[in-house]
Amino acid sequence: MKRFDTKVQLIKYKVLREVARRAFDDTLLKTVMDIPKEIVPGKEATMRCCIYKERAILEERIKLAMGGNKEKANIVEVIDIACDECPVGGYEVTAACRGCIAHRCENVCKRGAITFDHMQKAHIDKSKCVDCGLCAQVCPFSAITLNNRPCENACKVNAISMNEETNCAQIDDEKCITCGACVYQCPFGAIMEKSYILEVIDLIKQSNDTDKKLYAVVAPSIAGQFSDVKLGQVIGGLKQLGFYHVVEAALGADMVAYAESAELAEKGFLTSSCCPAFVNYVEKQFPDLKKHVSHNLSPMATIAKYIKETTPGAHVIFIGPCIAKKAEAQLESVSPYVDYVLTFEELQAMFDSRDINLEAMPVDVLNNASYYGRIFARSGGLADAVTQALKEQGLDQDFSFKPISCDGIEACRMALLRASKKVLDANFIEGMACVGGCIGGPGCLTHGTKNRNEVDKYGKEAYEKTIHETIHMYQDFNHN
Amino acid sequence: MKITVCIGSSCHLKGSRQIVEELQRLISDHNVKDKVELSGTFCMNNCTNGVCVTVDEKPYSLTPETTESFFSTEILPVL
Repeated sequence: MKRFDTKVQLIKYKVLREVARRAFDDTLLKTVMDIPKEIVPGKEATMRCCIYKERAILEERIKLAMGGNKEKANIVEVIDIACDECPVGGYEVTAACRGCIAHRCENVCKRGAITFDHMQKAHIDKSKCVDCGLCAQVCPFSAITLNNRPCENACKVNAISMNEETNCAQIDDEKCITCGACVYQCPFGAIMEKSYILEVIDLIKQSNDTDKKLYAVVAPSIAGQFSDVKLGQVIGGLKQLGFYHVVEAALGADMVAYAESAELAEKGFLTSSCCPAFVNYVEKQFPDLKKHVSHNLSPMATIAKYIKETTPGAHVIFIGPCIAKKAEAQLESVSPYVDYVLTFEELQAMFDSRDINLEAMPVDVLNNASYYGRIFARSGGLADAVTQALKEQGLDQDFSFKPISCDGIEACRMALLRASKKVLDANFIEGMACVGGCIGGPGCLTHGTKNRNEVDKYGKEAYEKTIHETIHMYQDFNHN
Repeated sequence: MKITVCIGSSCHLKGSRQIVEELQRLISDHNVKDKVELSGTFCMNNCTNGVCVTVDEKPYSLTPETTESFFSTEILPVL
């Protein structure tokens, strides 16, 4: 069974696994420098010009696996020496140009940017070209290609550019929303996020020695991630790893859906607040709309808050597909509740660092949330849950719910632009930074269309059938 | 008096929600809301004996069916 989409993920995983293994064994400081040679034993280079460069890059990955540069606030960092300095020429004519007679490229170009040499081969005058791409579309030989950096293409908030001096990718922290698209999309793995596995391993060790209870809050997008074992075995593995108990983030989603639908009916227009990258995007690019972002904490923070309020001394680790959650956990409004965030990639590395064989694990249970909380993991799920919550609270009589589900920052931008001009034909924006919703998150082990079905299937396995039944007992407890 | 019901996954599947609802009904029926504090916690580390309930730290194992008799024998007399 395929565990990762790409070899870039595999290398990152190996680094995380080896760092975690040594941290568990208390040998990290002594043997950290052995890791690069273990992963790239040589003698032949398989990825870069030589094994020494491969190992040097691994050293940088190890630093990030150990928390990265503490002076840089951004969770996402560029590994300069790993950046392959991909071409940035925009549209360029390749050798496939046959010097034809029709010259469709010239005819379609509104800027007059196409010229021909004595062999009738096309050239693009870069001082005139605006990268509209029409010439590439009409060339019958597909001889015109777009040379843009995959990281820049992936970054829909234009936070990535080329450093003029070094030619390396650089991130504008003022614009970056830590969605992590570049981390997943860079074909050379030159962008990576900080990891907090060492802090989590410390908490695991402490919880073995003391009464501190370590809770894992698991995102519903876990359905389909560890696909060759049962979800219950992953839960068993988490407990084997040292977690005291595992709670569904989807239960927090149920709570959010209930509260958010009431907030919506009262205010009349709202955007969701579940996706931290989306919220960050609104704050940075559409500050006037910030007041319309739901005031509810995210499902992660909501359930973590609940756990900490009911269990003194609890620590909460969120495990999900998301890099932006790592930043969210550091917000003043969230940090009292969520201690650290791990991705599914990091969880896989931690399992293997302890040689936990999930296939041999007993099947444990994970069942607190409803169908509606669970389908938050895929685009459209949040809107479905709010529809249901409005109905269950009898709010659908006087309020006509018109949601728009936006997955991917481009779709979010369109809806937000319309909303800012007051021409959006909807009263609720479900905003998810990742295409497909959380199942498209950069911290997922695998991505694919099947994951959406897996989330729906997992949703249908929920013991609770309505949001109200799921959450009302929590509301009725008298907590101090 | 504080009654805490385990609301972890395992106990949840064995009916902890039904037990909470039943306890809420009994507390209200007997008008003892000011004497009993009802709360929940995620897991009491005794999953095989669920549904786990503690009354001021003393552990009990309940099912939705035994909740009413538990309330009349263990709770009401000591209020």
